[in-house]
Amino acid sequence: MNKRCDVSIRGAEIAYGTIKILEKFDLEVAQSEFIVLLGPSGCGKSTLLNAIAGLVDLRDGQIWIGGNNVTWEEPKDRGIAMVFQSYALYPRMTVRGNMSFGLKVAGMPPAEIARRVDNAAAMLKITELLDRRPAELSGGQRQRVAIGRALVRDAGVYLFDEPLSNLDAQLRAELRVEIKRLHQRLAATMIYVTHDQIEALTLADRIAVMKDRVIQQLGTPSDIYRRPANRFVASFVGSPAMNFLPGTFAVHDGVPCFAAAGISIPLEGYGFDARPQPGAAIELGIRPEHVEAGGDLPAAVEMVEPMGSDQLAWLRLASQPLSMRLPADTPIAAGQSLQLRLPADKLNLFDAASGRRL
Amino acid sequence: MTVSPALQPNGAPPSRMTPGRIGIYAFLVVTALFFLTPLYVMIVTSLKTMGEIRLGAILALPRAPTFEPWIVAWSSACTGLRCNGISVGFLNSVKILVPSVIVSIAAGALTGYTLSFWKVRGAGLLFGTLMVVAFVPYQIFIYPLVRVLAFIGINNSIPGIVLIHTIFGLPTMTLLFRNYFGALPPELFRAARVDGAGFFRIFWSVMLPMATPMLVVAIILQVTGIWNDFILGLVFAGRDNLPMTVQLNNIVNSTQGERAYNVDMAATILTALVPLVVYFASGRWFVRGIAAGAVKG
Amino acid sequence: MMPVSFVKHRLASRLAVGLALSPAILVVVVVYVGCTAWTMWISLTASRMLPNSTFVGLRQYASLMGNERWQVSVVNLAVFGALFLAASLALGFLLAVMIDQRVRAEDLLRSIFLYPFSMSFIVTGLVWQWLLNPSFGIEKMGRDLGLDWFRFDWIVRQDMVIYTLVFAAVWHAAGLVMAILLAGLRGIDPEIWKAARIDGLPPWRVYLSIVIPMLGASFATASVLLATSVVRLYDLAVAMTNGGPGLASEVPAKFVMDHLFERGNLGLATAAATSMLITVAAVVAPWLYWQARQRDRRLAA
Repeated sequence: MNKRCDVSIRGAEIAYGTIKILEKFDLEVAQSEFIVLLGPSGCGKSTLLNAIAGLVDLRDGQIWIGGNNVTWEEPKDRGIAMVFQSYALYPRMTVRGNMSFGLKVAGMPPAEIARRVDNAAAMLKITELLDRRPAELSGGQRQRVAIGRALVRDAGVYLFDEPLSNLDAQLRAELRVEIKRLHQRLAATMIYVTHDQIEALTLADRIAVMKDRVIQQLGTPSDIYRRPANRFVASFVGSPAMNFLPGTFAVHDGVPCFAAAGISIPLEGYGFDARPQPGAAIELGIRPEHVEAGGDLPAAVEMVEPMGSDQLAWLRLASQPLSMRLPADTPIAAGQSLQLRLPADKLNLFDAASGRRL
Repeated sequence: MTVSPALQPNGAPPSRMTPGRIGIYAFLVVTALFFLTPLYVMIVTSLKTMGEIRLGAILALPRAPTFEPWIVAWSSACTGLRCNGISVGFLNSVKILVPSVIVSIAAGALTGYTLSFWKVRGAGLLFGTLMVVAFVPYQIFIYPLVRVLAFIGINNSIPGIVLIHTIFGLPTMTLLFRNYFGALPPELFRAARVDGAGFFRIFWSVMLPMATPMLVVAIILQVTGIWNDFILGLVFAGRDNLPMTVQLNNIVNSTQGERAYNVDMAATILTALVPLVVYFASGRWFVRGIAAGAVKG
Repeated sequence: MMPVSFVKHRLASRLAVGLALSPAILVVVVVYVGCTAWTMWISLTASRMLPNSTFVGLRQYASLMGNERWQVSVVNLAVFGALFLAASLALGFLLAVMIDQRVRAEDLLRSIFLYPFSMSFIVTGLVWQWLLNPSFGIEKMGRDLGLDWFRFDWIVRQDMVIYTLVFAAVWHAAGLVMAILLAGLRGIDPEIWKAARIDGLPPWRVYLSIVIPMLGASFATASVLLATSVVRLYDLAVAMTNGGPGLASEVPAKFVMDHLFERGNLGLATAAATSMLITVAAVVAPWLYWQARQRDRRLAA
């Protein structure tokens, strides 16, 4: 029954008047893939999603869904379903009414409609809510109903526009798991837009990190986390955020090094994408959990933040702030001195000017 | 199967000027003409001579436009026994309008301010009663009010009609200002009190200057409402102070013999002029006024 | 022991509040409550040209019910009211929906539909009286176009004149309804439109099944405003037809005014006015109550 379509965006250009939202945009989404469009507000991800849905016209380029060119098709003819940030439920209808209205208007036989609605309600655990109105539901319940309304359409592609952004942190975590389970169960193609990097990392098969209307990096969550393609992706993904140290590239006795105020970090074992010139200004990035004790870089502990399962220590290295993640029971206090080691294979080097990965 | 690129859907879909869209524009244009016709006919008729009018063709443009009917309407049309034109009524309306607008808005603003910021026992009841009464037809109040005003000695006078307009404007004006003040941040009021300002000082120096948008809306509503009023002016203003609307009705409907339709229309336009000018000059503010006044409670 | 200055300050505030509210309180008590009571009292007495304090119970109301002029007035108002309400709401809704379709020149169109509302009822009545004049108005225009059978003399026909009042009143009020409903339409979450489009709902279906139910409050507001102006109908009838021809466009408000002044029958006039009040109360009270309940429910949520 599931169609599981692939999606292909070719050379898309979207503009409002003279303002360009997207230019020469390409993206391929495979069948059954869960792809997340991640980025800050204004990067164009929502507009792209609306264009895939057919709610926004392209100025140039094509959109293909399931092998069909749907660039000029109305949303209802594209085989898509969509879940919105504000749920967009019809306020005066019951949950059952909301889920069945589109199918009723399309002329589907009532028995089939009832079957689909009951199936979806069971999957989302909202069967007891079927006769209630949206106003009587909590935010989390409303979002489940919105997802249910999308599910009954049995679409080839499911589109999610920041569906969890209006929920509080706990509900967000709950529904995140639900959505992931849904994807495992249905193996449907899902395109998900969010600005929350945790949602992206947990849900996606692949993430497209977007900024300023351009894809900064397209890859698996693991790639994006371990080898960010530029400084923006490195700083945007991961919490607590990555540490950055400004410095220069140097070669001492044939060994490439990172040099900053009074310290030198050897870069043997670092996989270079591009080799910088000696003396070039570069930035070193390292995640708090990769900073190790037991090396020869002197650092002073300024502050410790307990975070439950572990603690975050704020240090000063080469007069730059540096955060370090430690297990909760490691004794550490402000004023202490530590010797740090920054392992080369966990480092990320970026060109100071362009931000590109080196 | 390869399709040549020229036939592939690409970019923006072809223009969606469907029959539906054309229908929408057609409906809007036709309805707009229906709405404009009376105004057009008013103007056109007032510029024709009686000879031309007698020939019919109400929608035709005047062949020899003349402002004579306007001059007659303004200065020599007969309202009842006097024949000094509707200029008399215009002056009366102005004499009624200016004090009425000022006093009714002041009363509403003060009442709205008090009910908004100061804890008063029974405030809800007072406000509720004001709102309810806004719906009651004037006829209930007319006879007793005539007696009361006569007792005070201001019946059939300008102060009398000003008082009447204030009384009947109080519900709407209070509603306007109470809603507006209610939407302001309460910290403003508290800060003023901490600064040591008293009741009237806060009203005059802090709240009233902040209420400029609502003052504009209130002025638009009151100018339109009071200028267009007929029944209250008829009963309470007195024969020497009859407003323009009353005089207009007299000019048109109480002429014996053949009616001078062009003079009638000219007088009608003159009467409609002030609110029309306010309307077109105020633009979106007029709509704001409707929205503010229509949201009762 | 509270400082004297504090007590004086509190007292000054209390006085000021009382002073500021005295106009409102006076108005409510003296005018609204007092005058209403006075009018109702007179309706229970034998007053004619002058007030007379002989209590006669409901005799005035009985003679009111039997009065042919009053009966005709009430029927006229009922017919007028029903048609006016239906037509204004329908036309206002259509206009609001059309303008909401992102048409060009929206401001201009809105100005055109709303300007009649800025004009006095007297002006409205006189203009339409002229337009519908059988000898010189639309009927003449039709005949001049060669259509000898064309008749549009409703304004001088007893069986049709009430409909001319409806025309003029709808022309006056449709813009108001449009403005209120347009504001309501604009308040609808745009994502609902997107969801409806994805659900494949044709626009008319969206309006019928989703939008109109959501506009309940706006429709109610517009209806109440229209209904109150129906009961107050006076200026328009006086200017356009003066109740004629015969009694065919008499209305209750005019009945009251005529009997208060020209015909000198206070008892009958006040009985008529009280009847109008009761009718208005019957319509408005439930709506106000419902509004208060909504507000309380919203505050509690």
